[in-house]
Amino acid sequence: MKTHDSYWRLFSSIYKKDLTLAFRQRSEIINPVLFFIIVITLFPLGVGPEPNLLARMAPGIIWVAALLSTMLGLDKMFRDDYVDGTLEQMMLSPFPTSLTVLAKIAAHWTVTGLPLVLMTPMFALLLNLESEALTATLLTLLIGTPLLSLIGAIGAALTVGLQKGGVLLSLLVLPLYIPVLIFATSAIDAGAMSLDYSGQLAILGALLAGASVLAPFAVSSSLKVSVS
Amino acid sequence: MLKVDSICCVRQDRCLFEDLSFELHQGQIVQLEGQNGAGKTSLLRILAGFVRAESGKVMWQGVDIAKDNLQFACDTLYIGHKTGVNGQLTALENLAFWLETHGLETRQDLLDVLAQLGLVGLEDVPVRLLSAGQQRRVALARLWLNKAKLWMLDEPFTAVDKKGVVLLQQQFKKHLAQGGAIILTSHQDLTEHFPELSRLVLEYRF
Repeated sequence: MKTHDSYWRLFSSIYKKDLTLAFRQRSEIINPVLFFIIVITLFPLGVGPEPNLLARMAPGIIWVAALLSTMLGLDKMFRDDYVDGTLEQMMLSPFPTSLTVLAKIAAHWTVTGLPLVLMTPMFALLLNLESEALTATLLTLLIGTPLLSLIGAIGAALTVGLQKGGVLLSLLVLPLYIPVLIFATSAIDAGAMSLDYSGQLAILGALLAGASVLAPFAVSSSLKVSVS
Repeated sequence: MLKVDSICCVRQDRCLFEDLSFELHQGQIVQLEGQNGAGKTSLLRILAGFVRAESGKVMWQGVDIAKDNLQFACDTLYIGHKTGVNGQLTALENLAFWLETHGLETRQDLLDVLAQLGLVGLEDVPVRLLSAGQQRRVALARLWLNKAKLWMLDEPFTAVDKKGVVLLQQQFKKHLAQGGAIILTSHQDLTEHFPELSRLVLEYRF
């Protein structure tokens, strides 16, 4: 039973189930995306439509909006499974919980992170971001948003057993997002000035590699604490 | 098969039970009884490995369940108060998902199992639209699909009608005859006759 195949089958079955559920409750997909759109469109209204100012602020705006909209879906990541007992069943399955968790994180990213990456070119236009900086923004989002899902999952797993875990979740997770934000915006700034930003990307990549290996273990341990 | 060695459980500074030891053999069924709050569910959760006992050990086939999780996970089936049935998915999707996540073969006769449980025609309705008893039946369909040796069932008869209760007990008998073991909590007495039935009564302690 412990073959390569059955691991893959477990991963795909959990991933598919989470996507099916997300598409049945469409608000789950639309909500973070809509939040992202609204925040970004409000900024030019708030600070004025001066193109240079907007271009200067664009990386920060896009990244902060991405960060907050990822936070929106985090609370739901394990909540439903916890409430209906699916989480207990998953822990009793003969498969490692970390693999289950990785599948759920991948599904979360597909639903909340990927749409943001895909929509960014449109917002780059809106915020007068130049094409050099746009490439950098896309690259950082592509590496950075899975990282946000991975880190956020740890917080979500720790707070899933609490009645009102939302505030605690933000307090736990947002400080951990700061390094991602710093390196991502610094890469985009460098890109906007036509400088080399491969260093910042490499650090983000290293963070992603580290998190994708270590976070599933942290999440599965936290879930065990939450379930007991 | 299952050996419980002087376990003790403390909840909210109240000792639910201490120095509890018993053994469960092949073909044996144990019914846990006791008042509300006596610790039936807590005991089952310790046996399932969700919670560690304050002291003592739970051994499965001679190995501590905290040490060898894999063998234990393959051999047990736990259905708790929270049944692990997702309300947004249909009965068929729920069962297929459960089979896949437990490394069991996806079976073609899922519909037959559902038919046996009286869920014909409801297999593609989201489970949340079914009645409480029908939702419980979807969860209990796992009893027909698993390969586990030990079943741990927390109030399996809740919301299930009389015919369903009889049906379940027939399935219990089949499982016991195949050398399995069952531990369940229930406020109802079992209506069928089980020669190997033993009762474990937990007293409410202050």
